[in-house]
Amino acid sequence: MAVFGTGTSRPLPGRGPSPGFRFTIYAILSIVLMFLDQRRNYLEHARYYLSAVAYPLQLAVNSPTAAWRWLEESLATREALRAENVQLRERERTLELRTLRFDALARENAELRGLRTALPPLVDHWLPAEVVNVDLNSLGQQRMLVNRGARNGVFKGQAVMDADGLLGQTLHVGPWSAEIILVTDPEHAVPVQITRTGLRTIAVGGGDAESLALPYLPANADVKPGDLLISSGLGGVFPEGYPVARVTEVRHDAVQPLAHIRATPLARVDRAREVMLVWFRDDHPAAPASASASANSESNSESKDLKNGNAALLPQRAPPKTPAAAPAATTAPAPSPAPAPGSPSAVARASGGAPAPSQERPQ
Amino acid sequence: MSARQPQPRGRMLLTALVGLILTVLPLPEWLAIARPAFLVLTVIYWSIAAPRAGGLALGFAAGLALDVFRGAVLGQHALALTTITYVAVREHQKIRSKPAFQQSLILFGALAVYEFIVFAIDGWSGHPVTTPLRWIHPLTGALVWPLAAAVLERSHGAGLRAPAD
Repeated sequence: MAVFGTGTSRPLPGRGPSPGFRFTIYAILSIVLMFLDQRRNYLEHARYYLSAVAYPLQLAVNSPTAAWRWLEESLATREALRAENVQLRERERTLELRTLRFDALARENAELRGLRTALPPLVDHWLPAEVVNVDLNSLGQQRMLVNRGARNGVFKGQAVMDADGLLGQTLHVGPWSAEIILVTDPEHAVPVQITRTGLRTIAVGGGDAESLALPYLPANADVKPGDLLISSGLGGVFPEGYPVARVTEVRHDAVQPLAHIRATPLARVDRAREVMLVWFRDDHPAAPASASASANSESNSESKDLKNGNAALLPQRAPPKTPAAAPAATTAPAPSPAPAPGSPSAVARASGGAPAPSQERPQ
Repeated sequence: MSARQPQPRGRMLLTALVGLILTVLPLPEWLAIARPAFLVLTVIYWSIAAPRAGGLALGFAAGLALDVFRGAVLGQHALALTTITYVAVREHQKIRSKPAFQQSLILFGALAVYEFIVFAIDGWSGHPVTTPLRWIHPLTGALVWPLAAAVLERSHGAGLRAPAD
């Protein structure tokens, strides 16, 4: 204080208090702001309005890109459009065929589960959103801005997908825009399951557009390049069964107790123009654990737990199992044919059909 | 002096806005890493060129804007930017009288301090970014400084060389 207040050997003859005094005020103000923002989410409202203020500028920055897209679209030739149309129609037919089969499968599944009727679709509704081309990232971050916000019903911690897989979740929501934290962000973690073995673990973002890491698997875990990772539905944000990534690299270091495993996201993280904000049906067994989601929403992505590091999506307590939800537990894959021997944690993961999530915590 | 020459408040805001736009303009990744902190350079320029025009307030506001745009902890960039703005306002005469090369060196130091404060708060708030790449932009900032200062000088005429007192 004394240093700031009296240190100016040449007092500036301007108006008002000395720069030292003003600096002290501003510094204290910033520190108070940081505490309020960090400790509890007191400033979520302030952020909401600030993002509303920032949005016009972000749109202005985006406008050249938007203009270019518009130009591209409006100058598309008749031939190109026709070709695209044919292609889309073909695709639609393929998807329709697959859907026909899907209905039959859903019925069959319901019969197998002993349910009287087939389950309603998991996705309640979804909203397309366009990516606003603004650089939000500090170094290593993987974030993006989309042009839908609270006015469109978007909420914090909502799942975002594209046609190929999970993309991320909403982090800050403004009135007309929302910031999305991508699955590849180092502060994002998504609980996943390896389809081939049923092994569950957590995929943490790798910090660039092409990689996720599986840092919590022991060196002898049964993982191979090419394995598909799907969401396991434990985190409270993403429902069970959506594709997330494919394993690309498995390295065993004789010295390290944990394997070094990398995966590539299936969603086109760096080329996405349009994304889907998805609302899920709460009463569906595959829905994200909603009962605990509300209790956990605070700690979901915002409050960074210092001790756990990436607290964003650590597994949480399973919802109380109602009879209706019980069949969901049985859908967890059968015990892995070759559970990794010698590793108690891996055995615990693989052998319990639907193990208590507390066992899933990274060692 | 300050009585005769009106404070360039309007230009300060305008150039700060341009600086902010340059900061959030989407660039290819390798270029984005080396992108100088244009807004920070602008704020430093004004606190040297017009130390009485409220550089600290501008620094605080610009820092908050950066916090909002970067999704950082509110107050993080604000604190870092007010700190180096304060130093720049205090030492504006010394910095102003230096040749361009030495100014660049000083700017490098200031930007490194800025980055260090941001880095420290990152660590404290639980999302440490440990890649050494984050130390590139003080370097590019210092390299760009003579050019940026020249452009900003043109924007208001008086410039760094004009005697302020």
